[in-house]
Amino acid sequence: MERVILHSDLNSFYASVECLYNPDIRDKPVAVGGSVEKRHGIILTANILAKKQYGVRVGEAIWQAKQKCPDLVVVPPNYSLYIRFSKEVMEIYKEYTDLIESFGIDEAWLDVTGSTKLFGTGEKIANEIRRRIREEIGITASIGVSYNKIFAKLGSDIKKPDATTVITRDNYKQLVWGLPVSDLIYVGRSTFKKLAKVGILTIGDLANSSVLFLRSLLGKWGEYLWVFANGYDTTPVVKLEEAGVIKGIGNSVTTPRDLETNEDVKLMFYVLAESVAERLRQHNLKGRTVQVHIRDNELKSIERQAKLRKSSFLSGELAEKAFEIFTANWTWQRPIRSIGLRATDLVTADTYTQLSMFDDENKRIKLERMESSIDDIRRRFGHYSVQRAVALTDSKLNCNPIEENIIFPLSYFK
Amino acid sequence: MRKVYVDAIVRFTKDGDILPIAFIWEDGRKYMVDRVLDKRRAASLKVGGQGIRYKCRVYGREVYLYFEGGNRWFIESAH
Repeated sequence: MERVILHSDLNSFYASVECLYNPDIRDKPVAVGGSVEKRHGIILTANILAKKQYGVRVGEAIWQAKQKCPDLVVVPPNYSLYIRFSKEVMEIYKEYTDLIESFGIDEAWLDVTGSTKLFGTGEKIANEIRRRIREEIGITASIGVSYNKIFAKLGSDIKKPDATTVITRDNYKQLVWGLPVSDLIYVGRSTFKKLAKVGILTIGDLANSSVLFLRSLLGKWGEYLWVFANGYDTTPVVKLEEAGVIKGIGNSVTTPRDLETNEDVKLMFYVLAESVAERLRQHNLKGRTVQVHIRDNELKSIERQAKLRKSSFLSGELAEKAFEIFTANWTWQRPIRSIGLRATDLVTADTYTQLSMFDDENKRIKLERMESSIDDIRRRFGHYSVQRAVALTDSKLNCNPIEENIIFPLSYFK
Repeated sequence: MRKVYVDAIVRFTKDGDILPIAFIWEDGRKYMVDRVLDKRRAASLKVGGQGIRYKCRVYGREVYLYFEGGNRWFIESAH
C-alpha cells in the first residue's frame, strides 16, 4: 500500500515566534540575531519580508543585513521559548500519528498512512494541521504531502508560507525534477559542485543519470541521491528524540587516507573537535562527556568515553580528552579508516558552573571568547581562514566536517 | 488591545487538572471565576501570546484567561 507522508516546516520559525509575541513588529522586516551585544552577531533567521524584499540572508553578519535593510528589527534569540513552541507543535502532530521524525527544531516528517481512515487524505490532514498550528500556536507551517520522505520535504519548500503542496506519481516530474539539484536533501556545496561539473544541475538531471556513473562520482551517496531523485526512497519515518532535546553532538569522518600514527589521529581529533565545538556553541550547549569512535580498515570498531573535569565547548579541551581516551585504548593493530568524536551529557552554556580551585577561570573565559571569535571569522571569511597549526601539517586530512560532510538524521542508519 | 498579566488563584486538582479560581485585576479587585466553560490550546494574535486558553464565566460575562508557558496568566484587555 502506498504511504502517505507529510513534511511539516514551520515558516521562519524563530522570527515567527518573535512576531507573534510582539504585534508591533509584525509588518516590519524582522530578524533574530545572535547576541546583539557582540559586535559581530549573525542572522539566525529572518521573516519573509526581510528575506524576500530586502535580501537578508541567514548566516550573514547583522551589520551586513542592516546595510541591505536599515530598518531591520533585530531581536535576540530566546531559545527556551522556541523549544517550548516546538514541543507544543509536536503535541498537535501526536494527535494524528505517533510516527513522527523531527529534523531539527522546526521540521518534522509524519507518517499518516494509518490515520487516513480516521482523518481523511494526506492533503486534508495537512490542511487541518496547518489551521491548528495557526490558531493554537500562532505561527504558520508549510506542509508537503507525498508517498516518500524526500518528495514530502521538497513539497514543503515549494509554497511558503502557510500552504500545502501535494506531490504525486503523476506530477512529481513537473514539480520536482525542474528544481535545482542543491534543493535535494543532503546535497551540500561540495556535492553540488561535483554534479555541476558534469552538467547535472536539476533534480531531473540527477534522476535521469546512470546510477553507476553517479556511484563512481559520489560513492554510495551517488546511488542514494539517484534513489531520492526518482522517488524510490522507502526509508520509514522513525520516531526519534523530540525536537529541541539534543542528547549529543558529534562528528565523524571516513578519512581520505588511513590513519597510521598518533600524529594523524591527533590532527583529526582537533579537526573534529573544532566542528563539534562550533556546533555546541551554536546551540548554546556544553558537554561533560567525550566519546570517541574508531573504526579500523577491516571495519572493526571501538567506542570509548570519559568525563571532562568541567563541561566545555572548547575545541582544545574536547580534542585533548579524545586523544587521551584514544591513547589509553588503541593498540594500533591496524590502520584507522574512520574516526569520530562526540560530546554528550549536555548542559546549556550559561548554566551555573562551580568554580574550581585548580582552574584559571579567567583563562577559560578568554579561551571561550576566543573560540567564539573564531566562529565569527569563519562564518564571514570561510572555514579555512583561521586554522590550528597542527591542521596545516597534513592538508589531505584537514577538512571542514560541518560543510563538507553530509550530516544526516540517524534514521538512515537504523 | 493590551496583554495584561494577572495574579491568579489556581486550583491544582487531585486528578492533575489546573483550574483558575480567581484573578486580581489592575484595579486591585479580585474577580471570582464562576465556572470554566472551555479549555484549549490557543494563540492570542490580538495581544501576542500563546498558551492554554480558559473560557471563564466571571460575574455573568465571558472572559478568556490564558495560561502561558506553564507559569503565567494573562488576559486580553480591551483598553
